[in-house]
Amino acid sequence: MKLHLNQKNIPLLATIAVFLLIYLAGSVLYSNFFSLRVFVNLFIDNAFVGVIAIGMTFVIISGGIDLSVGSVVALAGVLAAKMMHDFGVHPILAFSICLGLGAMFGMIMGCLIHFFELPPFLVTLVGMFLARGLAFLVSLNAIPIKHPVVNAIIDFGIPLGFRAWLPATAMIFIAVTLVGIYLQHYTRFGRNTYAIGSSEQSAILMGLPVGRTKILVYTFNGFLSALAGVVYSLYTSSGYPLACVGLELDVIAAVVIGGTLLSGGSGYVAGTLIGVLILGLIQTFITFQGTLSSWWTKIVIGVLLFVFILLQRYLSKAGARR
Amino acid sequence: MDQNNVLIDIKRVSKAFPGVLALDQVNLCLRGGEVHGLMGENGAGKSTLIKVLTGLYPRDTGEILFEGEPFSLSSPQEAADHGLSTLYQEINLIPALSVAENIYIGREPMRFGRIDWKQINGDASLAIRKLDLDIDVTQPVSSYSVAIQQLVAITRALEISAKVLILDEPTSSLDLAEVAQLFKVIRKLKEDGIGILFVTHFIDQVYEITDRITVLRNGAFIGEYETQKLPRIELIAHMLGKDPETFSLEQTAGKTQQEKTKTGQTLLDVKQLERKGSMMAFDLTINKGEVLGLAGLLGSGRTEIARLLFGIDRSHKGTILLDGEETVISSPRKAISHLFAFCPENRKEEGIIEDLTVRENIILALQARQGIFRPLSGRRQSEIADKYIELLDIKTPSDSQAVKNLSGGNQQKVIIARWLATEPRFLILDEPTRGIDVGAKAEIQKLILGLSEDGLAILFISSELEEVIACCDRIAVLRDRKILSELSGEAIEETNIMQVIASKDVNQ
Ligand SMILES: Nc1ncnc2c1ncn2[C@@H]1O[C@H](COP(=O)(O)OP(=O)(O)OP(=O)(O)O)[C@@H](O)[C@H]1O
Ligand SMILES: [Mg+2]
Repeated sequence: MKLHLNQKNIPLLATIAVFLLIYLAGSVLYSNFFSLRVFVNLFIDNAFVGVIAIGMTFVIISGGIDLSVGSVVALAGVLAAKMMHDFGVHPILAFSICLGLGAMFGMIMGCLIHFFELPPFLVTLVGMFLARGLAFLVSLNAIPIKHPVVNAIIDFGIPLGFRAWLPATAMIFIAVTLVGIYLQHYTRFGRNTYAIGSSEQSAILMGLPVGRTKILVYTFNGFLSALAGVVYSLYTSSGYPLACVGLELDVIAAVVIGGTLLSGGSGYVAGTLIGVLILGLIQTFITFQGTLSSWWTKIVIGVLLFVFILLQRYLSKAGARR
Repeated sequence: MDQNNVLIDIKRVSKAFPGVLALDQVNLCLRGGEVHGLMGENGAGKSTLIKVLTGLYPRDTGEILFEGEPFSLSSPQEAADHGLSTLYQEINLIPALSVAENIYIGREPMRFGRIDWKQINGDASLAIRKLDLDIDVTQPVSSYSVAIQQLVAITRALEISAKVLILDEPTSSLDLAEVAQLFKVIRKLKEDGIGILFVTHFIDQVYEITDRITVLRNGAFIGEYETQKLPRIELIAHMLGKDPETFSLEQTAGKTQQEKTKTGQTLLDVKQLERKGSMMAFDLTINKGEVLGLAGLLGSGRTEIARLLFGIDRSHKGTILLDGEETVISSPRKAISHLFAFCPENRKEEGIIEDLTVRENIILALQARQGIFRPLSGRRQSEIADKYIELLDIKTPSDSQAVKNLSGGNQQKVIIARWLATEPRFLILDEPTRGIDVGAKAEIQKLILGLSEDGLAILFISSELEEVIACCDRIAVLRDRKILSELSGEAIEETNIMQVIASKDVNQ
C-alpha cells in the first residue's frame, strides 16, 4: 500500500536526490561552495527563470505548452525601460502596465487555444514571434533603467547574515512559488488543471469549467512572464529586445526535471522550484570548476533531461501495468 | 398520470450526425419519484439523448421542458448547476487523481479560502460506504479495477444533490451484490422525490427497479410503458422491432446448438503458474474446440489469468506448454505471434483507438501480426472490415466512420471483430458482452459456439453466470485469486458454481 503512494512521488524524490547529489559533490570538491551565500545566489540568479517556470508548471500540467515566455520577458523589459527612459513614466506604473499587458497577451492566446481549438504549440509559437517582433519595434537597442525608485527596489533586501543578502527579485521568486503551491493544492483552479491535463474529455463530462480554466492558465503564465521581465530588468538594470532568446526551453527543462509529466496531468510546483535550483546549481558548479566552458551547462542539462524523460517513461509504463 | 410532478419533458427532439439520424422526434417524460428505464438496442440513441439533455450536444429540433420551463443547456457544467447529475456511459474519471478527489472535484468544500482536504477525504470514505465499498480513498483511482472505478463514478453522481439523476449503464461492470446495493440507494433517492433515468441492457434489472420504460429503436421513439404492465417478451420485441413469436423461436434455436462432440486435443497446458500479488499458483488446461469459462466474483483473479496467458503480466513461476512444448509468453507480441487473441475488458483504455476508423480498428491486430512492412491492400482491408461489420451487425454509416462516434455497444463489437479478424487459435474474451444489447448478445454467444466448433480454443470470462453456463464446456471457479475447482458437463449449474464460490476453506 505504501508503495503505491510513493510511486506518484518518485519523479519528485528523484529531483530532490539529484539536487542533493550535485550540492554534495560541489561542497566536497570546492571550498566555499557550501555556503549560505552560494545557496541564496541560486535564488537571485534564477529568479526570472523560476517565476516563469512556476507558470509553465500549470500550463504543462493542464496538457499545454507555452513557447512565448522568453519573448514576453524581453518585450516586458524593453517596454518598461522605454516608458521610463523616453516618456518619464513612473516605474511602478510602467511595471504595472507591463504586467497587465502580459496577462492580456496570455489571455488572448488562451482564448485562441480554447475557442478555436488550436494546438497550444502553434498558438504560442506565433505568440513567441509576435512578442519578439514587438520588442524590436519598441527599441532596437538596450535601454538602461535609471530611476531613484528602481534603484531603491534594487537596493532593497534583507540581510541574512554570513555575508548573504536576499534582494527583492529573490523575494518575488519565493513569493510566486508560495502562491503557486497554494493555487495548485488549495484552489479549484489548481485541481482543475490536473483534471484537464489528465483527460480533457472526462473533465468536460464531469462538468468542470474547462474553458475558463484553460484561459486562466495562459493568462496566469502571461502575467508571470511579464513579471519575470520586470525581475530580469531589475536584475540587469536595462531592457533589451534580444534578452532571453531560448529561455522557454530552459524553463521547460526545469519543469520536466522538477518531475512534471510533459504529457500533462501530473507534477508539483515544489518540484519545479527544485528543478530551477538544479539548473542554477549546475551553472554554479561549472563556474566553480573554472576551466570548463559555460556551454557544459547545456550538455549537463541535456543529459539530466534525458535521464528524467526515461524515468517518466518507465514510471508511466509501470503505472499502466498495475 | 400526475402532471404536476413532471421534472423533465422532452418533446420531439431530433439530432443528426453526419450519416446518422441518431434521434428522430424522441419524447421522454421523467417524473419526480420514479425510476425511468430507457431501453433500446446498441446504437438506438440512448446515450445521445442523454448527451443532448445535459448540454453536451446541441439538439437540432424539438423542445425540452424542465419543471415546465423551456430549458436549454450549452454544457454539462450548466447541467450540474441546474440539478442534473449525470453518469455517462464511458466511465469518466481522472485516472491520476485520488478516489476522494474524483468524487468531489469541481465541488470541493472550502475552508478559509482553501480546499479542505481533510473533509474531502473524510466525506469520501463515508460516501463510498453507501455502496458498500471499502477502499483507501486517497489512492489514485487508476490503481483500482474497472468495477471499483464504476462505483466511484456512481458515488460521484450520487453525491451531487440533484433533482434528476441520470445513469447511463451504471451496472455494466458490477456484480450482483454491488447492483443490489446500488438499487437500495436508488430506491432511497426515489422516495426523496428524485427523478432517475436509468439505462441498461440487463432486462432483469429493468424489471427490478424501474416504474416506467421508454423504448427507442434506431433513433425513433417507440413508446412509453408502465413496467408492470409490459411483459418481457413484448419489451424485447419493441426493442428489436420483431414479432414476439419469431423472436422466441430464435431463442430456442440458440439453445439446441449446445450439444456437440468434442475432439479434446490439448492446446495449452498451464502448470503452477504464479504471479505474486496478483494470482496464486494454478493449473489449467485449454483444449482445442472447447470453451473454458472462468467464473467468480470481481477481483477473484479472472482478468489476472487472462493477462498472464497473454503476456501482459509476466509470471514469476510456473510453465506453459503450448502444443506440448514449453513456451515463454513474455509479451503480447509473442502471444499474437502464437496466434493468441485477447479482447480486454476495459475497452476505453486498452482496446479502442478512438480516432481511427472502424476499418482501421478492425484490421489493427491483423496488421500488427503481419508486420508494418507487409501492409494489407485497401481492398482487402475493406473486405475484412465489411465482413465483420455484417457478421456482428455493427451499426455504422460506413467502415470509415471514426470509432469514437459509434455507440458504446457497437464499439465493443468492433473490438471483438478486431480479434476475430486475426483468425486466432486461442481467443481470450474478457467480458465480451458488456454493454451489448440482448439481440447482439445472443448473436455473440452463438458466434462463440460456432467458432469453438471450428476448433478454436476459447477462454471466456463473464460476470453473468447464465452466460458462462450457456457458452462453456468447462468452468473454472475462482475466488480470492485462486482456482477452487473445475466443473464440466452435468455439473455446470448455477447452484453448483455458487456453492463453490461460497464454500469455506477449500484450500485446507
Ligand atoms: N459524436 C457522434 N458522431 C457521429 N455519430 C454519432 C456520435 N455519437 C453517436 N453517434 C451515432 O448515433 C447513434 C446512436 O448512438 P448512441 O450512443 O446514442 O447509442 P446507444 O443507444 O447509447 O447505444 P449503446 O447501447 O451501444 O450505448 C449511433 O449510430 C452512433 O453511431
Ligand atoms: Mg450508450
